[in-house]
Amino acid sequence: MNTIPVEVGLILAGILFMLGLISVLMRRNIIFMLISVEIMLNAAGLAFITAGAKWAQADGQVMFIFILTMAAAEVSVGLALILQIYHQLKTLDSDAVNKMKG
Amino acid sequence: MITFYIAAAVAVLATIMVITRYNMIHALLYLVVSFLAIAIVFYVLGAPFVAALEVIVYAGAIVVLIIFVIMMLNLKQESVEQEKEWLTKNILIGPAVLSVILLGELVYMISVSGSGTVDQPTLDAKAVGMSLYGPYVIGVELSGILLMAGIVGAYHLGRQRKKVVHRFLESSQEK
Repeated sequence: MNTIPVEVGLILAGILFMLGLISVLMRRNIIFMLISVEIMLNAAGLAFITAGAKWAQADGQVMFIFILTMAAAEVSVGLALILQIYHQLKTLDSDAVNKMKG
Repeated sequence: MITFYIAAAVAVLATIMVITRYNMIHALLYLVVSFLAIAIVFYVLGAPFVAALEVIVYAGAIVVLIIFVIMMLNLKQESVEQEKEWLTKNILIGPAVLSVILLGELVYMISVSGSGTVDQPTLDAKAVGMSLYGPYVIGVELSGILLMAGIVGAYHLGRQRKKVVHRFLESSQEK
């Protein structure tokens, strides 16, 4: 019943990671870039789950839980930063914040 | 097994829709579909606990958080027009070609090294919990520290600065 080739799972993770990478490279809207980073983190978690299922160990799922924690912390801090940028610059253009002022 | 392939196809298609939408809310709704499809993939791979976590935390919490922020920003139709202006075909070609080359290399390397099939029994929440609080308990503590730093950081960054009303201080606070 449950005979899935490991390569297919890893290739699926690779495809999803590539889509997120394309999106984070081509977008200029900061919120879309944050969404793309979520897609990439999710793809990394899928690779961990696939590898964990191959050897029937729980380590892959534990790593996914850590990735989940990291993604939640990252998105909350990122959204707070986006709010600050929007209040100060009135735009979501990532090119508008390329000059740091100490 | 056929479930796996259908869910994988749905996940890839929904992700393609996410990265080509101009409207942010539409992209987020496709992102929910993508997460649900990946949750089905997790379930088929024998990880039901993680599938539930995917639905609850990713599709439930993170997407809703992003939707709240989009509502707070109060974006209008002009933002969709602006996104349409930013996201052109020319900008897409460069990253897409380079990433597809990298993906081709990855697929080649994975498929050359054949590594068998997944035909293991499902690992339930008990096995995950035993592992999480056994050998990985230091990771749980570090995750707690990370979440604490996330809470403090989000509060510090998201706080509205108080307006200084004193007229002597106002000029120095401006820039």
